[in-house]
Amino acid sequence: MTTQDAILLILFISILAGLTPVVGNYLFMVFTDGKHFMRPVLGWLESVTYKFAGINPKEETNWKTYTSNLLLFNLIGIVFLFVIQLTQAYLPLNPAHLGNTSWHLAFNTAVSFVTNTNWQSYAGETTQSYLVQMLGFTVQNFVSAATGMAVLLAVIRGISRKTTDKIGNFWTDLTRTTIYILLPASVVLAIVLAGQGVIQNFKTYETVQTVEGSLQILPMGPAASQIAIKLLGTNGGGFFNANSAHPFENPTPLSNFLQMLAIFIIPMGLTYTYGKMVGSLRHGRTIFLTMGILFLLGLGISLYSEYSSNPIFGNLPLMEGKETRFGITNSVLFSVVTTNASCGAVNAMHDSLSPISGMIALINMMLGEVIFGGVGAGLYGMIIFIILTVFIAGLMVGRTPEYLGKKIEAFEVKMAIVAVLAPSLVILLFSAWASVSPVGLAGLNNPGPHGLSEILYAYSSAAGNNGSAFAGLNANTIFYNLTTGIGMLIGRFGIIVPVLAIAGNMAQKRVTPLSSGTFRTDNWLFASLLTAVILIVGGLTFFPALSLGPVVEHLLMNSGLTF
Amino acid sequence: MRTTLKTIKIFLFLTVLTGIIYPLLVTGIAQVAFPDKANGSLITDNHKIIGSILIGQSFDSAIYFSSRPSAVRYNPLPSGGTNYGLTNALLREQVENRRQQFITFNQLDRTTEVPSEMVFASASGLDPHISPRAALLQVNRIANARNYNNEQKTKLIECIDSLTASAQFSFLGKERINVLLLNLELEKISSTLKQ
Repeated sequence: MTTQDAILLILFISILAGLTPVVGNYLFMVFTDGKHFMRPVLGWLESVTYKFAGINPKEETNWKTYTSNLLLFNLIGIVFLFVIQLTQAYLPLNPAHLGNTSWHLAFNTAVSFVTNTNWQSYAGETTQSYLVQMLGFTVQNFVSAATGMAVLLAVIRGISRKTTDKIGNFWTDLTRTTIYILLPASVVLAIVLAGQGVIQNFKTYETVQTVEGSLQILPMGPAASQIAIKLLGTNGGGFFNANSAHPFENPTPLSNFLQMLAIFIIPMGLTYTYGKMVGSLRHGRTIFLTMGILFLLGLGISLYSEYSSNPIFGNLPLMEGKETRFGITNSVLFSVVTTNASCGAVNAMHDSLSPISGMIALINMMLGEVIFGGVGAGLYGMIIFIILTVFIAGLMVGRTPEYLGKKIEAFEVKMAIVAVLAPSLVILLFSAWASVSPVGLAGLNNPGPHGLSEILYAYSSAAGNNGSAFAGLNANTIFYNLTTGIGMLIGRFGIIVPVLAIAGNMAQKRVTPLSSGTFRTDNWLFASLLTAVILIVGGLTFFPALSLGPVVEHLLMNSGLTF
Repeated sequence: MRTTLKTIKIFLFLTVLTGIIYPLLVTGIAQVAFPDKANGSLITDNHKIIGSILIGQSFDSAIYFSSRPSAVRYNPLPSGGTNYGLTNALLREQVENRRQQFITFNQLDRTTEVPSEMVFASASGLDPHISPRAALLQVNRIANARNYNNEQKTKLIECIDSLTASAQFSFLGKERINVLLLNLELEKISSTLKQ
C-alpha cells in the first residue's frame, strides 16, 4: 500500500458518500412521481410506453397481482433469451458466425441474466452473437435491475402505507426505473467509457498481423453500451470472457474507477431514498452506516491478506490474475465492491486471490449481498435482516416488535426466515452434492482445499445472484448449468416472493404511534445489533464450509504447502 | 390472457428501447466523438493493421521487449487468466521457471529481483503493459541482440522514460509502459541509426 492507494480509497469513499443524498433524492423524486429534471426530457417516452402496452399507470394492485405480474414478465424474459440463444446462428448481427448454444447453456444464461445474476458459463467473444448480447443481455441488464428496484418500492409502500392492500403498480415501477434512472445514466456512462477506449461498433472481428508476424483476431462489438448498464444495474455480465479485466472492456485506471463508482452509486443512493420514503432520514443513515462498516471491514481484511507475504511466494506482490494498469489495490477494491453489491463484474481473477481475500468475496455473497447490495435487491435483503433484528430485540425485552410503527408478527418473521434460508440451502446443499459427485469434481481447476472454494463460490454466486466466479471451474456442463441455474432461480424468487408477501401484509396494518417503549431503529445501538445479526446468521450457517475451504487453505499456504 | 398480452407488449417495447435504440444511440455518438477508440484503438503501419494499443501481443524474440506471461498466449479468443490458486503447485512451478528464464534470457545477475508481473500471468491474458522496471531490465539483452552502440542504448532508455504512463490524475492505477508501442519505437531507433 502506498500513499497513492490511500488517496484512491479515501476519494472513492468520499465521492460516493457525497453523492448518496444527491442520487438518493433524485431516485425519491422518480419513485414518488414528483418533479425532476428528466421528466420534461423523457416524460413522453413514459406515456408512450403505457399507451403501447395498454397500461393504466394509476391502477394499483395488491401484492399477489404485483407478484404475478413480475413473475410473468420475468418468465417471458427467460423464454425469449433462451430462444434467441438457440437460434442465433440463423439470426442477423452474428459476424463471427457463432453457432447456436447448447440447451443447457441457453437455459443457464437466460436464467442468469433475468435474475440479475449474470453468471457466465460461456466466453462472450466466442459464444454469443452481437444480437444476443444486445437484444438479450443488455435488455435484461436493464429490466432485471428495474425489477429489483420495483420489489424494493413495493416493500417501501407496504411499510409506509396503512390499512390498504395496494402496494403499487409493477408496470409503472418497472417503466419509471428504466426510463428515468437506468437509461439516462447508462447513456452517459457508456459514452464516457467509450472515450476511455471501450469499444462500441458492429464490425466483424479484426484479423491483424502482429509485430512478430503471427495472426491475432481482435473481437469487436457493441461493448460500451452493455458495460455501462452491467455496472449501473449491478448485473456484472461481461461482454468478453475476462469481464472488466479485458482491456477493451476496462482500458484505463479512470474507466476502472468510474466502473467501481457505478456499481455502488445506486445501491448507496437507495439507502437515502428509503429513509426519505419511510419518513426517517436517520433510519436511512443508520442502514448506510451499517453497510459502510461491513464494507470497510471486508475491504480492510482483504487488502491486508493480499499484501501479506507468504512462504510460497515470499514478498513477491501477488499479481497472478491481475492487470498491470490496475495493480493490487484497485483489484482488491473491485473484488470487494462487486461482491458486496451483487454485481459480479471482475477486474481480476478471483480464483487467484489469496485465500482470505477470496473468502471475503465469498462471505460478502453468503451474507446475502446486503452490503449496499444489488440495485433494490440489497436493500430489500437488508430489510429482511432488519425484521429479524427487530424481532430478536423484541424477544429480549419481551415486547411485540415494531418496525417503523408497524407490528412485526409471526407472518413477517416466517417469511423473513424463508428468504434467509432459501439461498443458504442452495449454497450448502448444491455445494455438498457437487463436492462428492464425479460430475461436480470434474469441473475443478485447482486441487486441494481451493477446489472446494471453487465449488462454494459457484453456488454462493448463483444463490446470491452475484455472477462473479472462481473462473477456473469449468461450469459449462449439464450438471453445473442446471444446478447453478436452479440455484439462481431460488436465490432470486425465493426472496422476492416472501418479501412481497411481507409488503402486502404490512400494508394492511395500522400504524402504532411512537412511544418511549418503542425500540429505536435509528441509532448506533441498532446499527450494532443489526451488524451482529447479519454476521451471526451468516457465520453460523457458513463457518463450517468456509473453514474447510479458504480457512484451511490459508493455514496450509502459511506452512508453505502446495497441491 | 389480457395480462399476458400486456406483459408481452411491454416486454417488446422495452426490448426495442434498451436493446436496439439505446445501443444504436451510444454507437452513433461514440463513432462520431471517438471513432478510433470505439473501433478498438487500432494501430496501422503502411495501411496494414498491426494490432491494438489496448491488446498485448506476445514477443518471444530477443530483439523485442517481452510481454507478461499469458494464460491464452495473447490469443483473444477467448480472453482469460490461469485461474490458479496460490496453493496450486503448478503456479509455484511456473513462477519459479519464469523467474529463472527471465534472468537467463536477459543475462541478469542471479539475485536480481524479477518484477512480479513478469512471473505472474495477467487476468485478461491480453495485458498490454509491464512496469518500467521490467522494461529497463530487458534493455541490455535487446541492445546486444540488435548490436546497439552506447548512443542507441541511451536513446532506448530515454524512450522507455517517455513512453512510461504515470498514474492517471496521480492517484489512479500504476506506472506502466505499453510493450507494443515500445517495440514499435525500437524499430524506429534501429532504422534511424542505420542511415
